[in-house]
Amino acid sequence: MSDLTAWLVVWPVAIPLIGVALTVILWGRERAQTNIGVIAISLQLVSSIVLLQHVWENGPLAMAMGGWSAPFGIAFAADVFGAGLTVAASLVALLVLIYSLADTNADHRRAGFIPLILALMAGVAGAFLTADIFNLYVWFEVTLISSFGLMVLGGRREQLDGAVKYAFLNLLATTFLLIAIALLYGMTGTLSMADLTGKVAALPADSPIEIIALLFLLSLGMKAALFPLHFWLPAAYHTPLPAVSAIFAALLTKVGVYSLIRVFMLVFPDGADIAREAMIWVAVATMIVGALGALAESDIRRVVSFTVVSGVGVMVGGIAIGTEAALLGTTFYMIHSIIISAALFMATGMIVRAGGGTRIADLAGLYKGAPFLAVAFLLCGLSLAGVPPFAGFWPKVYLVQAGLEAGAYGIVAGILISGFLTLMLVGRIFALVFWRAAPEGAPAVASDGGAVMKGTLGALTILTFVIGVYSAPVVNASGRAAAELFAPDAYIGVVLGRSAQADAGGVEGPGARP
Amino acid sequence: MEIVLAILVGCLFAISAYLLLSSSLIRLILGVFVLGNATHLMIFVLGRLTRENPPLIEYGLKVAEPGIANPLPQALILTAIVISFSLFAFLLVLSYRAYQSLGTINTDEMRVAEPEPTGTLLRGRDV
Repeated sequence: MSDLTAWLVVWPVAIPLIGVALTVILWGRERAQTNIGVIAISLQLVSSIVLLQHVWENGPLAMAMGGWSAPFGIAFAADVFGAGLTVAASLVALLVLIYSLADTNADHRRAGFIPLILALMAGVAGAFLTADIFNLYVWFEVTLISSFGLMVLGGRREQLDGAVKYAFLNLLATTFLLIAIALLYGMTGTLSMADLTGKVAALPADSPIEIIALLFLLSLGMKAALFPLHFWLPAAYHTPLPAVSAIFAALLTKVGVYSLIRVFMLVFPDGADIAREAMIWVAVATMIVGALGALAESDIRRVVSFTVVSGVGVMVGGIAIGTEAALLGTTFYMIHSIIISAALFMATGMIVRAGGGTRIADLAGLYKGAPFLAVAFLLCGLSLAGVPPFAGFWPKVYLVQAGLEAGAYGIVAGILISGFLTLMLVGRIFALVFWRAAPEGAPAVASDGGAVMKGTLGALTILTFVIGVYSAPVVNASGRAAAELFAPDAYIGVVLGRSAQADAGGVEGPGARP
Repeated sequence: MEIVLAILVGCLFAISAYLLLSSSLIRLILGVFVLGNATHLMIFVLGRLTRENPPLIEYGLKVAEPGIANPLPQALILTAIVISFSLFAFLLVLSYRAYQSLGTINTDEMRVAEPEPTGTLLRGRDV
């Protein structure tokens, strides 16, 4: 029976992978592909909710692939942190997928949009649920390969330009990650993150842990778009289809932040002081540079790209503060950011549709033709800036409070200033794009998005409002996730402990194979 | 033997760093390729080199005798080679398509997605 329970941790990854296989078999049959895509992501959502519920009630859950027990085999493991993020990711992916039905045309879908989205979701869920650091690298690559395909879908000139920068810098980042993992393996002889905790702590004092930690910060920081390695994001995220931008902004940087948290909480819980010190300043710079970049931009899709960068700074600021309260704030902010980044990119896609251009100078008076879009954009923007009663308010409260308690005044100042700048930005965009009168003789608003787009954007807007008003469940979940990150014994035990069981039983172990 | 390979890895990293600093797309591709191979070789060295003792389990034993070569780095490298090979192929195609449609392989001249800022958000009438 316990074996069937352990399967829970695999389904959120396996279901989209099965979906990829089916949709590739049905290549060219768009209707069938679309149906399978929606069903697969829905099932992924259901399975991750079941997983979260199980983990919530029974503590972390692990499964050793093929019975090759950790630390020798590859294990998947879920705690509240990983399972919770999988739920948030698949929920937003489902809404983006529905939005994309109205956003993509037959050419996009014939070029493999659905299989690529499913592969992306398998990679994201795999990264959230794996307990093996080399496997984490592999899931990064799965995500990366499918994101390349999505990036160039449509093949417009600016997409190719953005994709060149995106592809080279992300490939470099994953290679640096591989180098860091290899060096760690060379020193400890293990790749299981649960096993690494003890092995790294037991290393002699003169081991070059600092350098490896800095390499992890460099590579994962590049993935998460931390200053000064964030340039690829605003160079690329505004070029693909709005639905693709939405899912990238919601999930890809968050996978980088997630991995930073895992590595710095599980592999280097102590030490790595230079990397932690660097993280503080990098986080503050990211928040401010992201917000200033957004203010300086004149293309509305690039404005939203820069706000993603600013949000990454806030999340990493929480890791840099490094207390349990701060990680609560970071986890909450990650969930908030997954929702709000997707919502803003979806809204921006609708703005471009409605106004017929991406330059803010060309957009005006959209309130008249698209009032729903105007209200949804304003509410999401306020949530992004951290205005109560929206979801963006609470994580910033927790982070500021944690920062004040820990004496990290730089980060507190960064969060407050970037929040203020973001509020300015949202007000200005709303005034210019929606409020100011359209020039005389301007064409009427082309489209207000239609029911599907309005419905999905509305759902995300309501979600960010509901989480803001009734934040207790998310706060509790984030608090539990942070507590488990600070006391990873249960996680480590379940990853390594199962192996002891399997060895004792001798049935599942590789040795028993004929 | 390890020291020789370690120096070789260092040289390859230096070469790839030099190539990656270029603004030519071709050199960037070569730089990524060399960087990938340097990394694979590094994983191999980090697994420690053991000569003439292949990781085979004798008939009748369940666990190999100690002292065999470490098979894990080779499994890791194989995974990494497959991944980097496919990404390399993608980069080649992407660069060629970018060259076809943008007409340049100089990354400094690729400004389609990031045009020079226009400076203003306002139209004349609003000022």
